[in-house]
Amino acid sequence: MKYFNLVWAALFRRKTRTIFTLISIIAAFLLFGLLNAVRVAFTSGSNSLAGNERLVVASRFSIMTGLPESLKTRIAAIPGVESVGHENWFGGVYQDPKNFVFSFAVDEDYLATNPDILLTPEQRKAFANTQDGALVGEALAARYHWKVGQKIPLQSTIFPRKNGDKTWPFTIVGIYKVSKDAPNGVDQMFFLHWKYFDEGNMYGQHSVGWYVVKLRDAKDADKVGQAIDALSANSDHETKTQTANAFNASFAKQIGNIGLIVEAIMAAVFFTLILLTGNTMAQAVRERIPELAVLKTIGFSNRSVLALVLAEAILLLLIGGVIGMAIASVLAPALAKGSGGMIQLPPIGWLIWIEGAVLMVLIGIVVGVLPALRGMRLKIVDALAGR
Amino acid sequence: MKKFLFGLGLAAIVVVWLVVWTALPWIVVLALAILLAVWLVAARTGRRTLSVMRVGLSTLTERLGSTAVIVVGIAGVVGVLVALLAMGDGLTATLQQTGSSDTAIVLRGGSGAESNSVLTRDDIDVIEQAPGIARDAQGKPIASAELVVVANVPKKSDPTSDANVAIRGVGDAAWTVWPNVRITKGRKFTPGMRELDVGEGAERQFAGLEVGKTLRLAGQDWTIVGVFASNDAHGSELWGDSKSVASAYRRGSSAESVTARLTSPKAFDKFKASLMGDPRVKVDVSTTRDYFNKQSEGLSKVIRVVGITIGVIMAIGAIFGALNTMYAAVATRAREIATLRAIGFRGLPVVVSVLLETMLLALLGGIIGAVIVWLVFNGYTASTVGGNFSQVVFQFRVTPELLWTGIKWALAIGFIGGLFPAVRAARLPVTTALREL
Amino acid sequence: MNAAVAEVQANNGPLVQIRGLSKIYTRGKQKLEVLHHIDLDIARGDFFALMGPSGSGKTTLLNLIGGLDSPSDGSLVVDGKRIDKMAEGQLARWRAGNVGFVFQFYNLMPALTAQKNVELPLLLTKLSGAQRRKNAAIALQLVGLADRASHKPNELSGGQQQRVAIARAIVSDPTLLVCDEPTGDLDRQSAEEVLTLLQRLNREHGKTIVMVTHDPKAAEYASHTLHLDKGTLVEQGVVA
Repeated sequence: MKYFNLVWAALFRRKTRTIFTLISIIAAFLLFGLLNAVRVAFTSGSNSLAGNERLVVASRFSIMTGLPESLKTRIAAIPGVESVGHENWFGGVYQDPKNFVFSFAVDEDYLATNPDILLTPEQRKAFANTQDGALVGEALAARYHWKVGQKIPLQSTIFPRKNGDKTWPFTIVGIYKVSKDAPNGVDQMFFLHWKYFDEGNMYGQHSVGWYVVKLRDAKDADKVGQAIDALSANSDHETKTQTANAFNASFAKQIGNIGLIVEAIMAAVFFTLILLTGNTMAQAVRERIPELAVLKTIGFSNRSVLALVLAEAILLLLIGGVIGMAIASVLAPALAKGSGGMIQLPPIGWLIWIEGAVLMVLIGIVVGVLPALRGMRLKIVDALAGR
Repeated sequence: MKKFLFGLGLAAIVVVWLVVWTALPWIVVLALAILLAVWLVAARTGRRTLSVMRVGLSTLTERLGSTAVIVVGIAGVVGVLVALLAMGDGLTATLQQTGSSDTAIVLRGGSGAESNSVLTRDDIDVIEQAPGIARDAQGKPIASAELVVVANVPKKSDPTSDANVAIRGVGDAAWTVWPNVRITKGRKFTPGMRELDVGEGAERQFAGLEVGKTLRLAGQDWTIVGVFASNDAHGSELWGDSKSVASAYRRGSSAESVTARLTSPKAFDKFKASLMGDPRVKVDVSTTRDYFNKQSEGLSKVIRVVGITIGVIMAIGAIFGALNTMYAAVATRAREIATLRAIGFRGLPVVVSVLLETMLLALLGGIIGAVIVWLVFNGYTASTVGGNFSQVVFQFRVTPELLWTGIKWALAIGFIGGLFPAVRAARLPVTTALREL
Repeated sequence: MNAAVAEVQANNGPLVQIRGLSKIYTRGKQKLEVLHHIDLDIARGDFFALMGPSGSGKTTLLNLIGGLDSPSDGSLVVDGKRIDKMAEGQLARWRAGNVGFVFQFYNLMPALTAQKNVELPLLLTKLSGAQRRKNAAIALQLVGLADRASHKPNELSGGQQQRVAIARAIVSDPTLLVCDEPTGDLDRQSAEEVLTLLQRLNREHGKTIVMVTHDPKAAEYASHTLHLDKGTLVEQGVVA
């Protein structure tokens, strides 16, 4: 730590140059943070623990093709199934088509299958007793300043009511919290009664979007899944049962290989960054050769000189990287908010921070190693003589 | 205070220049470039600039490392930007080419997309008899009642994946309604048989869709008998006879949508009005162009916004990289520049030469980035999820416009990265610069 | 001969003992003998001036004595240690503990304050931060610059910078001070101040000083002067 002053002073020996380099590094790690948030947004929910003990039963043909309501009791009868609920995609928007609301019509048993939604017994009771009741996530409620007891209209982009009007009235009966390890976006959801939806819907046909099954034991996932699919084999409503994790993962895959795109961009960004910072470091060390020679004259060992230059490079990367990722952490929620809920960006988690920190140190080493070796190998006598 | 005002003035120049620059069409830029070339060769100050520049460029090889930073940095920015925009453009083009203004699509009222819609046989009969629909030689209306189901087919790139590929059951008239769909290999499916034609995009992107292969749908084997080209969203689909598809999936005689060829684009209003006013049906009517435009709107806008955001952030990084490099270049050349000024060169040639040098390097970077993206990504096939929760296959389109956009960005970065060091070079007090080194 | 006897002998004998010292530089195929068979003793507590025209090898000799370079031939014993046999790392540690350097162009770290510059050699010791600051302050006081501790080198005059450099050279209390043209870049008055300071360090604090200079006036401050020409010793005179 006693060398910190020395490293710090060397770093800011040329303020303008260091600040310019810092801005480049900040830009790179800002991108790193944002792009990783995007990647996580698309892949989150595909590796949660709870996601392994829940099955999603959807039509084999398309998520938009419904399943008969009658399937529910037959699924519930399969050994290993703890509870069964079902959901329909409601496709709601609030006030403006831009304000997308992730809304689902669910039956009375659905909540028991979803451990990520935390409700008090009063909230449960209020929801059960209110025909047009709605449960909303705390993040969603905060966004539109909704209060319990408030009546709000939600438009469905898909389903008109019997009178042809697409605006459905709801009463908010509960604002729920989510469990600590809930996938991204669960706190942005809106749940309404399936019965209210099915009866009020112009085309109501006792159709269910997909079933959610909670298993007694995650180990039974394959066995129970096969049993469920066997119920409807060769019927006009064949099902496909997956764990919630697999379901989310395949859904993300449909959109495209986000991970690959992100990696390709990051590769281009970091390649440029290494070149740029490496050049700055080389320049900085070239200018300071006489100073490094003095350090060695005083008695600094070769290894300390190497370490000093490397530390300088790593420190440069760490400062820029941390600032960049901090900006990304502030910007990501702001972008999500600005997009009106269309883009759900999770906060930048500690995993990304660790990954970022490792990258900062690695890049610091890569850009610092050549100049550091140069500093280490310099001959004092030559350097002092200006050769 | 004076220094501050000067800095403010420079910043203002940059902002104004950026605004003008983004709006500038290529022809004006070309004219400006020619004008500049003429000035460099003909005018006295221009010739001086040229000679200052020549001195600068001759030292370029000595500072190869740092000039590479500008070139590669800007190549990276332009490459990523153009690739992302090419992706958005490719998707938009695919979806937009699908529609035309003289075909109309009819869905159940309020359904928004085909997969939410159901039309009964009675509805279809009413729709087919509506005024404005073109008729064939036998006097039958040219309309195709269609339904889309989804099959799970793995992508070639990832055999474990489970992509939703759309299977479209179409009527006999489909080949007339969609004239740009034509068979390139094999033959059309036979109505009543379990046969499918596969779009070129789908064939390329998904595994096991070659002619002669079978595909298991609704518990039955379907044979792939042909490949069709369409250059639009249909290229991501498999087509079969609508009656066969409907019966396999027990949809009876219903369909999801009716697409009809109109006698002319003008006939649309009449067609729509007549169906909207008909009490027997409750439907939504739009031209296919509007329908597909609406589907591509959201996603391609997102890609565009994302592409430009990433581009801007990267550009900021590159600008400061260029600034660093050029400040360093000016610093190492300070004595040389001061000598030039001491023997009587004025500030302008110095400013212009440093600026031009940076912009030349930036141009080089821009061209490298654009060419690499063009070589690697032009025609690159990708797929994403489209309107019916099924896959849309599209190709990246690296168009000349996009290449031009990339070059413009490169030059803008070069301009900002070069201007400040150039001004520094010109304002360097001659005496201190001569003494300093 | 046991270690204790060697120690006693070392303490009584000359501080620097040079025997048959040669230094040959090879530039490509050309061999350049800069120093040729030098024999020289420098007594403990001496203030020793090395003079000679440029290219005579005086700086090379100084660098060898200071342990910055290794000889091609001969032996070099400083304070009882054979430094010509030391590896690079050993030599660095030895320099840290035994030698202080003063250069013609001061060679201070431009980004550090005078105080921090003086503290630099102490970073290599086990001293605590507070102790380091205290020792550096004492050294600065000794060279008369206590009031300039927080100034950076570019805020100081040449003479002041050189005095900071001297403070840096003595802060770890080395036995030997090695000075290469310490007044070469200074005006007359600053030069005299610096030389007086060196003399005081020699007389009052018992530092052995080896100084290279081409300035006869500077050499007058030394107790011995040695002339080098084309790599060999010319005369060894005693002044005052």
